[in-house]
Amino acid sequence: MAIELRKVSLRVGAETHIHETDLSLQPGEFNILLGTTLSGKTSLMRLMAGLEKPTSGELWANDSNVTGVPVQKRSVAMVYQAFINYPSFSVYDNIASPLKVAGLPKAQIDEKVRRFADLLQLTPMLQRLPDELSGGQQQRTALARALVKGADLVLLDEPLANLDYKLREELRDELPKMFADTGATVVYATSEPLEALMLGGYTATLNEGRVVQFGKTSTIYRQPHSLEAARVFSDPPINTATIEKRGSSAQLGETAKWKLPRSLADMPDGRYTIGIRPHHLLPTGKGVKVDGEVQIAEISGSESIVRVNIEGNNWVSEAHGIHSYKFGERSSFYFEADRCLYFDARDQLLETRE
Amino acid sequence: MSQIEFSNVRHAYPPPAGQAPVYALQEIDQVWDDGGAYALLGPSGCGKTTLLNIISGLLTPSEGSILFDGQEVTALPTTERHIAQVFQFPVVYDTMTVFDNLAFPLRNRQMPEAQVTRRVNEIAEMLDLSERLQQRAAGLTADGKQKISLGRGLVREDVNAILFDEPLTVIDPHLKWKLRSKLKQLHQQIGVTMIYVTHDQVEALTFADKVVVMYDGGVVQVGTPVELFNRPKHTFVGYFIGSPGMNVLPCTLDRGQPVFASHRLDTHHEGDSDAGGRLEIGIRPEFVSFSNDGIPVAIDKVEDLGRYQVVTVRHESQQIKMVIGEDQPIPAASPKIHFNPDHLHLYRDDWMVESGHA
Repeated sequence: MAIELRKVSLRVGAETHIHETDLSLQPGEFNILLGTTLSGKTSLMRLMAGLEKPTSGELWANDSNVTGVPVQKRSVAMVYQAFINYPSFSVYDNIASPLKVAGLPKAQIDEKVRRFADLLQLTPMLQRLPDELSGGQQQRTALARALVKGADLVLLDEPLANLDYKLREELRDELPKMFADTGATVVYATSEPLEALMLGGYTATLNEGRVVQFGKTSTIYRQPHSLEAARVFSDPPINTATIEKRGSSAQLGETAKWKLPRSLADMPDGRYTIGIRPHHLLPTGKGVKVDGEVQIAEISGSESIVRVNIEGNNWVSEAHGIHSYKFGERSSFYFEADRCLYFDARDQLLETRE
Repeated sequence: MSQIEFSNVRHAYPPPAGQAPVYALQEIDQVWDDGGAYALLGPSGCGKTTLLNIISGLLTPSEGSILFDGQEVTALPTTERHIAQVFQFPVVYDTMTVFDNLAFPLRNRQMPEAQVTRRVNEIAEMLDLSERLQQRAAGLTADGKQKISLGRGLVREDVNAILFDEPLTVIDPHLKWKLRSKLKQLHQQIGVTMIYVTHDQVEALTFADKVVVMYDGGVVQVGTPVELFNRPKHTFVGYFIGSPGMNVLPCTLDRGQPVFASHRLDTHHEGDSDAGGRLEIGIRPEFVSFSNDGIPVAIDKVEDLGRYQVVTVRHESQQIKMVIGEDQPIPAASPKIHFNPDHLHLYRDDWMVESGHA
């Protein structure tokens, strides 16, 4: 099912939860809403589901206007962060419940319940009550119930947030596969940039009730069209600094100087903002050298994460391998100039071409 | 501040009459250094909470003893152990100001008010709460409140240890990172023994000097993040630490060398006689690479994770994950893979076979 928001906004009392938004989701695609708490992810989902009526604008499903059509009359399934199951029903009856409501014949219900239980590795638990399951199994039951309905639109609101990270890793791997076969349009809300990248598909970055940017996940990550979009899609935070442009050269602080790509050399001289992702700022290597004072270093097995103050900016370096530092130590870091993102005075991305 | 020693500690909940006890915590016999930053890491049900409760005194172990700086404390209640605790959810008095919340543990112990003020200001400074000291706690966000909980844990100078039980659960990912750094920095500044319980590897590895990995009621390895990554002593450690976890593949031995998929693999492993057991090799996805000759595979999936790619390949029915650089090309025709011998480990019945002795 294609879903389209046309100039949709949502105000509750004096507060604007969603500013005027246009967003068009293609049928059968996996879509991610990425943003921090209160960025508008849940409000946007409730609007899409018909749980919330927009203050202005229209909601279209395929080619019909469904603004104001309540959720019961739409083909929608929703899964929440908290595991919601019927506590007195067995896993089997939980999964079967939407089919019973729809009045399907018993044999058909049985066939579907078993198929989805198998897909979600719940077959051995079909006779148990939700209470007797682990968190992961409870959430898989909720997912199976959403899947079995065969809804055209499936909304998943941070469904893995309450699970152990290893389980999260496994379900993240499986989720896009499960939905790929059903043909449903999926919308998945998360506050974790890495999760968005793992799930792939399309991503809408959200900030303060606005869709900042929407497109293929890897494109949105690599080509954020504004500083705001880059910030939403970066954890640890993207490193930023003001540079001084003179002709074809860029200067950061006293010593770091490099040559700009040709397309930028023609821009007016003055101040610009650069963005460098933490994994492009390395303790060894080639490129532009910057010096700073190390504030804290964390080693997480394969990676070293170092917070460093460079020319008055709090930057983060995320490098493979083990690099040890002392608090307050001065050290050099390097970035390749062609990995830099450049933003103008209005914080919009400048296209870089040679 | 204290060194913490576990002497043959294990714990079973009382079994039904006539049945043998089932140990929720297998025997642990260890000494944790004074002033160290430790993390207890493992999945739900691994025994980490049982161990934490034994340290805090909420639970008396059924066997063995626990010592703080050589003093037996096994039978002492929590209140006499001089321990500060920070829980998963903020414990804050909403009607009090931030200042009074932080001062609470000190005033409780009749500390003179001038000292209370000095100490509260110090801690508030460390946690960036100085501006808000006169504000009521009720008006703060979840992470603001959790900062107060952290502050209350840190405010007493006379504690033996500070225990943190999944303290960052309620914090937004963007802020988790900041609080984690803050906590690490605080540990470096005040040097109290800190014990941090979590199921999240990132939190454990970034916070701790030593990570205690628990699995199925037992401690499987205690090590620095680097040791856990480079030399996982148990296949569970390899799987649990790292994302994706270590590849664990069935193998046989030929004259002491592991054989996988009819390929004799180069290792630094030498002179092992074949002594039975279930044999597996462990190799992390970071140390599998494409090569001109090696094990032939089919490519199942490529995930672009921005800073690197995760490639899932298959040899017959065996899936293998590999992590390669963001710009690295993926061979189109008849790909083959190679395992870096420096990072290839041999496991017998899930435990690493140390080089040189079987």
